[in-house]
Amino acid sequence: MTELAAQSLDTAAPRGRSLGRDALRRFAANRAAMAGVAVLIAIALSALAVPVLSVHGRDEIFWDLIGAPPELSGWHPFGTDSNGRDLFVRTLHGARISLLVGIVATLVSLVIGVSYGAVAGYLGGRVDAVMMRLVDILYALPFLFFVIILMVVFGRSILLIFVALGAVEWLDMARIVRGQTLSLKRREFIEAARALGVPRLTIVRRHIVPNLLGPVVVYATLTVPRIILFESFLSFLGLGVQEPMASWGVLISEGAKAIDTAPWLLLCPAGCLAATLLALNFIGDGIRDALDPRDR
Amino acid sequence: MRGWGRAGLLAVVVVGLAAGLGVPRNAAAEPAVLYRGNGSEPETLDIHRSTGMPEFDVEVDLFEGLVHYGPAGEPVPGVAERWTISPDGLTYRFTLRPDARWSNGDPVTAGDFVFALRRAVTPATASRYAFILFPIANAEAIAAGKLADPGQLGVAAPDDRTVVLTLKAPTPYFLGLLTHHMAFPLHRATLERHGDRWTRPGNLVGNGAYKLAQWVPQSELTLVKNEHYWDAASVKVERVVHVATEDVGAELRRYRAGEIDITNQAPIDQIEWVARNLKGEWRPTPYLGTYYYGFNLMAPPFKDAPKLRQALALAVDREILVARITRAGEKPAYSWVPPGIGNGFVQQRPTWAALPQAERNKLARQLYAEAGFSAERPARFELLYNTSENHKRIAIAIAAMWKQTLGAEVTLRNEEWKVYLASRAAKSFQMLRLAWIGDYNDANTFLELLKSDIGDQNAEGYANPRFDALMKSAETTIDLPARARLMEEAERTMNDDMPIIPIYHYVSKRLVKPWVTGWVDNIVDIHPSRYLGLAPH
Amino acid sequence: MLALAVRRLAGALPTLLAIVAVAFFLMRLAPGGPFDQERVLPAAIEANLRQTYHLGDPLMTQSARYLGDLLRGAFGPSFKYQDFTVTELIWGGLPASLTLGLGAMVIAALAGVWIGLVAALKRNSRLDHAVMAIAMTGIIVPNFVVAPLLTLIFGIYLHLLPVGGWRSAAHAVLPIVTLALPQIAIIARLTRASAIETLGSPFVRTARAKGLSERRVMTHHVIKPALLPVLSYLGPATAGVLTGSVVVEQIFGIPGVVRYFIQGALNRDYTLVMGVVILYATLIILFNLAVDLLYRVLDPKLRTP
Repeated sequence: MTELAAQSLDTAAPRGRSLGRDALRRFAANRAAMAGVAVLIAIALSALAVPVLSVHGRDEIFWDLIGAPPELSGWHPFGTDSNGRDLFVRTLHGARISLLVGIVATLVSLVIGVSYGAVAGYLGGRVDAVMMRLVDILYALPFLFFVIILMVVFGRSILLIFVALGAVEWLDMARIVRGQTLSLKRREFIEAARALGVPRLTIVRRHIVPNLLGPVVVYATLTVPRIILFESFLSFLGLGVQEPMASWGVLISEGAKAIDTAPWLLLCPAGCLAATLLALNFIGDGIRDALDPRDR
Repeated sequence: MRGWGRAGLLAVVVVGLAAGLGVPRNAAAEPAVLYRGNGSEPETLDIHRSTGMPEFDVEVDLFEGLVHYGPAGEPVPGVAERWTISPDGLTYRFTLRPDARWSNGDPVTAGDFVFALRRAVTPATASRYAFILFPIANAEAIAAGKLADPGQLGVAAPDDRTVVLTLKAPTPYFLGLLTHHMAFPLHRATLERHGDRWTRPGNLVGNGAYKLAQWVPQSELTLVKNEHYWDAASVKVERVVHVATEDVGAELRRYRAGEIDITNQAPIDQIEWVARNLKGEWRPTPYLGTYYYGFNLMAPPFKDAPKLRQALALAVDREILVARITRAGEKPAYSWVPPGIGNGFVQQRPTWAALPQAERNKLARQLYAEAGFSAERPARFELLYNTSENHKRIAIAIAAMWKQTLGAEVTLRNEEWKVYLASRAAKSFQMLRLAWIGDYNDANTFLELLKSDIGDQNAEGYANPRFDALMKSAETTIDLPARARLMEEAERTMNDDMPIIPIYHYVSKRLVKPWVTGWVDNIVDIHPSRYLGLAPH
Repeated sequence: MLALAVRRLAGALPTLLAIVAVAFFLMRLAPGGPFDQERVLPAAIEANLRQTYHLGDPLMTQSARYLGDLLRGAFGPSFKYQDFTVTELIWGGLPASLTLGLGAMVIAALAGVWIGLVAALKRNSRLDHAVMAIAMTGIIVPNFVVAPLLTLIFGIYLHLLPVGGWRSAAHAVLPIVTLALPQIAIIARLTRASAIETLGSPFVRTARAKGLSERRVMTHHVIKPALLPVLSYLGPATAGVLTGSVVVEQIFGIPGVVRYFIQGALNRDYTLVMGVVILYATLIILFNLAVDLLYRVLDPKLRTP
């Protein structure tokens, strides 16, 4: 994600090359952010490598080790869950789902939010008024409730979780992007493009959107954790992903039920979730600091 | 700074206002209050509209039927002090005790029972449990709207102290049915005065050992001793609070913090901890229920596949399941009717139940192969259960057993409760998680579910004329031992066909503080507050 | 400003209507009905129920009847909790929910702003890092983990506070803290960021150059502008607190309205769900309006658009 940001900045803004490289250098100098990147890569890689790494099957039951605490002799570094399945393997499988949900839902919200906000901001006037009014209306919808009803009505598919969460999150994104667009619009290079007769939507696509990526990426790194948490909230309500799949949300809500009797069921997946979210936050802060030299 | 002072003041006012509005201040801790975890919030206290245990556990304190529950959940004389049954088993004549009183002091009369029973079956009452009363003459026809006059119900009050009930056919378990909330009396004047609001505190007039003092929905119901109750002298606890405890984990924490004296449940994840650390307070007790999986016999792969069904039933290692997964002392189930049920019925197990699991597995593999399945061509099917931690864990374990022993490929599908019910009604499942808790203490409440003409309750679509015929003749047999033998034969017939896989028999999972006196564990898990006491603590 | 309020409220009516319609039909789309249960009902009884509750009528007729009832202010009786009307259930639960929600928001706003300002002033110090690390933890730990943890510590081990129920002010402490924690953290982060930005702005530098005391600079020049982004966060935050209340009300056994959302939907309690949806939408509209109005009070630039 960070490379993506730097890259886009590289190719996009007219003065972008040096700005992007500066930003990248500042980012690389930020130790917290780099640690975040390292943690995230480590987690993503182990999630991907799960079939290779794991000694145990995902739904293999160890009948003599039900709800057993962590132990290294039998290769159960996180212990086993209340069904006797290896928690380490389940946590890594959970990482796949949670990261996937977080990233895909964020992308959904990104696509909708950025295009909507950019168009509204750039076109301005009555179109803008109508479009933003719609956003206001949608804000008043009890979205959480609709997400739950959708889950209830159509059953729990991962796809639905993606779509539903993306649909909730794009509103904030649209507002932020619109605000940025309004200020970009008055910049010289946009004026120049307009003077040259470039069509309006092309300006939005070629010049406005690429220049928005900074704040958008920052916001996105904050959206991913929110979505992962929201998924865990759905899991707590019993509306999360289906067996034998697992997500961190499912594992944590199961673990929270045995908080005082089998704490590892909570602590191990929660630790992974915390590490990921912290990493994302540091990366987000790092990008913001890197892009905004004033703040140094 | 001035602005901040103002903002702070505003904040204080808002919080204070909100706190004043929201937090009731009757925190006065009284000594003799019994707090009982009630599970969910009662749906209603209208005895004709309620359907579940959360309502019944409160109603059994507020009302009393002709026959009521004793300390061990057994039927004992309630408002009726004695009764006679005609030799043909069709006419029941009850004599009411002269000192029975409503909570407002009015005497309880035979007319109150007639009024209540007629209301129960009137279509406009829209009572979901009206079928409990269907053994009474004309009850079914009135409820179905075929007889317009509820006066034709088989109930009469020759005088204020005599209730006569006429049945359509002999029903050996009829006295047990009278302990059901559908057969409680109602105070007519109260219903007429208050209409839909008759169950509110202040309005509700009952004839039980307690009366309703306060009802905070989703929180608690407070009952106080009814001084007009005929046996008020023996009622020990002045105040009983039924606490809504929907979240079992939270219920256990409140119990441990001393806020609740009796829990409704214990969380499955913490059973082991509870059994180890709360010895003497943890009271798992056999309960009148069976947990089972049903086959869809109307569709492949289980239609006309008795050997596959047998193989799957054999390959479930129930001992391991109850010892390692459910862990509350549930009894492995090898047949349908729970052991210990009333009226002389003895559970009939298939012969393989006596074999060790290794032998059963061998037999299972043999039947599986005979049914035409193998490692290359495994049986594939879907198991549907409703969303719950408990069901999920059992499904995961059993699916693993089938895979390990037979190589069968099971997909788990979980649906939220109402969706699950819709799928069940539409028969859009291959295998289904099911459970049944007896409505009354007689094998009929279980076995009748597998009759071919019972409707959707027979989710499997099981139909065996021999089974139906045996049940039919049991229905009209008055002699209890003979009747029990007929139903035992029916259970054996069913076992040969294997339309269901019985998995375990339930236990009730209560925690009871040591200072609660008069508690008797029992199979129906009903514990009226009037028998309980609080020792000093 | 009054005109704005009136205009916004008038505009909210069609929004509400649309929400009611969507919720109504969505609810009816869901499989299963309010009276489905383990025990399958005999056909005759099923028919009685459908007739009594008009569930057999065409959907359009039902929605028209519901709308008519709504316009007369009647939300109807709950399908599940049959002894109460939806209005009674909502009015009964609202005080508890509002106490929780407002209590948590007020505490979160006060504590969050204070922590954020302190961290901004001592920027990049150890204190700053420590405070922000704690704040981060507050954001990432789900409340269904915090709630049992707090009850274990303060209720069971220390015996300081009750762990469930709703009888005295003490019962409100743990739930409010649970709800407030993540909000404190978010508000602290927001305040810190915008205070840092404000501290670097020219007018603060001017004020400092004039020789004003640091305290005076803070109270007169920093706080107000630094609070603007916090303020615009409060609208969505209220929605977030209401959402979090679902878990808190359930775990602490609090008789609030928010959990009717989930319960109502799962029980197919059509009337109750509609009631809570309307309540929730109204609350959000009102909170957003209040935030906008406050914004105008604090930011003079917006007063003459």
